[in-house]
Amino acid sequence: METAPKPGRDVPPKKNRLQAKKKKPRERRNLEPQRSVSGAQDPFPGPAPVPVEVARKFRRIDKSKKLPHSKSKTRSRLEVAEAEEEEISIKAARSELLLAEEPGFLEGEDGEDTAKIRQADIVEAVDIASAAKHFDLNLRQFGPYRLNYSPTGRHLAFGGRRGHVATLDWVTKRLMCEINVMEAVRDIRFLHSEALLAVAQNRWLHIYDNQGIELHCIRRCDRVTRLEFLPFHFLLATASETGFLTYLDVSVGKIMAALNARAGRLDVMTKNPYNAVIHLGHSNGTVSLWSPAMKEPLAKILCHRGGVRAVAVDSTGTYMATSGLDHQLKIFDLRGTFQPLGARTLPQGAGHLAFSQRGLLAAGMGDVVNIWAGQGKASPPSLEQPYLTHRLSGHVHGLHFCPFEDVLGVGHNGGITSMLVPGAAEPNFDGLESNPYRSQKQRQEWEVKALLEKVPAELICLDPRALAEVDVISLEQEKKERIERLGYDPEAKAPFQPKPKQKGRSSTASLVKRKRKVMDEEHRDKVRQSLEQQPQKQEKKAKPLRARPSALDRFVR
Amino acid sequence: MKVKMLSRNPDNYVRETKLDLQRVPRNYDPTLHPFEVPREYVRALNATKLERVFAKPFLGSLDGHRDGVNCLAKHPKSLATVLSGACDGEVRIWNLTKRKCIRTIQAHEGFVRGICTRFCGTSFFTVGDDKTVKQWKMDGPGYGEEEEPLHTILGKTVYTGIDHHWKEAVFATCGQQVDIWDEQRTSPVCSMTWGFDSISSVKFNPIETFLLGSCASDRNIVLYDMRQATPLKKVILDMRTNTICWNPMEAFIFTAANEDYNLYTFDMRALDTPVMVHMDHVSAVLDVDYSPTGKEFVSASFDKSVRIFPVDKSRSREVYHTKRMQHVICVKWTSDSKYIMCGSDEMNIRLWKANASEKLGVLTSREKAAKDYNQKLKEKFQHHPHIKGIACHCHLPKSIYSQIQEQRIMKEARRRKEVNRLKHSKPGSVSVVSEKKKHIVAVVK
Repeated sequence: METAPKPGRDVPPKKNRLQAKKKKPRERRNLEPQRSVSGAQDPFPGPAPVPVEVARKFRRIDKSKKLPHSKSKTRSRLEVAEAEEEEISIKAARSELLLAEEPGFLEGEDGEDTAKIRQADIVEAVDIASAAKHFDLNLRQFGPYRLNYSPTGRHLAFGGRRGHVATLDWVTKRLMCEINVMEAVRDIRFLHSEALLAVAQNRWLHIYDNQGIELHCIRRCDRVTRLEFLPFHFLLATASETGFLTYLDVSVGKIMAALNARAGRLDVMTKNPYNAVIHLGHSNGTVSLWSPAMKEPLAKILCHRGGVRAVAVDSTGTYMATSGLDHQLKIFDLRGTFQPLGARTLPQGAGHLAFSQRGLLAAGMGDVVNIWAGQGKASPPSLEQPYLTHRLSGHVHGLHFCPFEDVLGVGHNGGITSMLVPGAAEPNFDGLESNPYRSQKQRQEWEVKALLEKVPAELICLDPRALAEVDVISLEQEKKERIERLGYDPEAKAPFQPKPKQKGRSSTASLVKRKRKVMDEEHRDKVRQSLEQQPQKQEKKAKPLRARPSALDRFVR
Repeated sequence: MKVKMLSRNPDNYVRETKLDLQRVPRNYDPTLHPFEVPREYVRALNATKLERVFAKPFLGSLDGHRDGVNCLAKHPKSLATVLSGACDGEVRIWNLTKRKCIRTIQAHEGFVRGICTRFCGTSFFTVGDDKTVKQWKMDGPGYGEEEEPLHTILGKTVYTGIDHHWKEAVFATCGQQVDIWDEQRTSPVCSMTWGFDSISSVKFNPIETFLLGSCASDRNIVLYDMRQATPLKKVILDMRTNTICWNPMEAFIFTAANEDYNLYTFDMRALDTPVMVHMDHVSAVLDVDYSPTGKEFVSASFDKSVRIFPVDKSRSREVYHTKRMQHVICVKWTSDSKYIMCGSDEMNIRLWKANASEKLGVLTSREKAAKDYNQKLKEKFQHHPHIKGIACHCHLPKSIYSQIQEQRIMKEARRRKEVNRLKHSKPGSVSVVSEKKKHIVAVVK
């Protein structure tokens, strides 16, 4: 018998019989309790329990985000991926057992305030190696100092206002170079490793080797006040008195972007280590967020009543601390609503702020440094009581926490001080990212790999995971184009056609009855959906009414 | 007060002697590894670019035939042996590792139409234009012996193809009808036919070994059951199929190489719609062979190119062409799924890599890990426009490129006409037929 292909509207293809069966997530089989030769049984059978927060740390899928409607094949693949991620996050959480070091801590005995504990007391109570990390360099001759630690935390570079520049391995106290650049030094930064140094001098930006040899003089960056280095993009961001924010790619040697911030002199700058966005503080109390890809700021946040004097962002990019001329110190939430989470009035405005790897906040006010700590690693520092304080021999001009050591470096009028701050640093570093104990060979290998995976500057935006998201705009654009091209929508639901049946069940009346049944069912579904959406709309309407009634309410839809 | 400072013992982090390995402590916390997605994206971009840099698939050519190569056959037990039949009746056996011909036989007068090896690998069969089927020993003749076939069968009509059963001592030939032969007899055990035209090729199913498929000149593909000695069903297409090949992993799937520049993958249980239509060639497709993994197949076409298609996609993954390679008549995928051999009109058999940028030989464990990681990265970011552009980019000879443009214009014109017809007629009067069903005329049981 011949069966010609049926005419009629193309029915969307049913589940293909030849598709591989849907992969079910692997189920864990309960193993029988192991019996040993002695007959003893394991008192804690089964795999070790895993703390939920640790497993949550390793999950990257944001389940609250709704994806556009997809085909069943895609949906089943997504389910499999989510199940795999659960399994893998538990395994990764188990691997935390292998981490060798514990973070430091400082606790006062009953009623004792940790802020009253002096550095000298800590030095006495601690082991000799840690005690050696506290030192004071008295350098009164060459002006107030700014300092910077290298990304691994082994090397320290400092520059004085009157031109004194030095780099040393501060753990072994071995001096690498000491020069006088014969010009005012405004800021100093290590580039991607301890081999290169950027110094913002009075007129131009200079790049030095760690032996003190001048390598480059970049005349396009003139009158630079602040420097920041973005390590994964190999970008050096400079803020200048002329009001320009310039991005210099140090691997290629090109200026990627020179953005006019249109806010006058720029001298408050910090970087967000989570998404490589530069935060600039302005004299009208706003902080603006910049990316080299855009000529306008990504966002502007109104922080203070007076000018902003210092900005700092924590290592996870969740909190931003700002201090202003109105003597306020505020902490903002960066990953959600940009709203202030906490504020504190200081007797004296804080001119310098720094976050440590574990979320401790240091503020330099005059010649006093205050450090605030939070509950755990993830919570913001609570500004009620400071964790530690220290008075220095001169006014603070620079603050930087050492990356993998419990040490805060302070540059001031009288030189450099290295303060002990127990619990500031991340105890377990990753050997392949930044390893303070790396050899020359390891450094070279790391540098080559880092250059190969240098992220292009155009990818800097507020959400660094933007590339992994579903591109909904392109998806919808493609759908529209396909409908135009084909003349009909291939994914649209075909109108119901009742199957022809035998034994008189295919008469016109019964066909009509079957069609009506399906139509009524669809209508009922639609009504149910619209009923579900109505209370949501009512909720939205109710919200503005709760606020105080104003004359403009009549214009609210 | 209770105080503890973070202090590391350098002995735990620095190696003791120069002969030790360096110590690399790991911490997989995502906060220590920022910019995961952009860095992976850059790595995927680098991996895609390197894949294109190292894409050098051509390995060598086997030179020796004095006329165009008409058919190829694989040795079932030896990866390094391949047999080829030429248009002047010569059959040659080649050693692929040395790229040399180890044996030459003047098998027929006229074309060698088909060649197939016995499943045990001790002998092989050839059919030619001189209406004979000959069986030969796989080992060469001893000292002093002459090159003689083990067995010769004289037929009444020209045989156009031959295939051997995968398990039993049975083979099938096709010409005017499909004959099933027992190796010991000189006349066919049974003859099956459906239709009035000549049959161009026959293939046994490697899994359901009693099934056969054949392609006839009246545009149909017929499936036969050897146990019942009857044809099962047939599907009539728009244009003639040159040859079919059964999927070695899925028992019921076969791919047909058609004259209308397409390949059709069918499920034999439902022949009314092909599972997939593979469109990328610009001229008639002459031969098709599956990879032993069953996930991809290679097709040889009259347009001087060889294309590799995945089974579930309609576009080719790779195209191989050379200035010197003319119309490709036959193609085979070696049994270790690493190489492709194609025999062409200009008397050469060429050997290619199946994965153009693959490193041959034994890989160290680090190389394997890096290769797997790069493969996964390329898969993850394959839809991003930059990466897609680099991965799809390939150089095509001018003839093929201009043909593609021309055929695209013709297809556009036809599609526009259909869309206009659909738009300007009463809804429901003009039916929309999917691309897959367009090429099937009928299925007959």
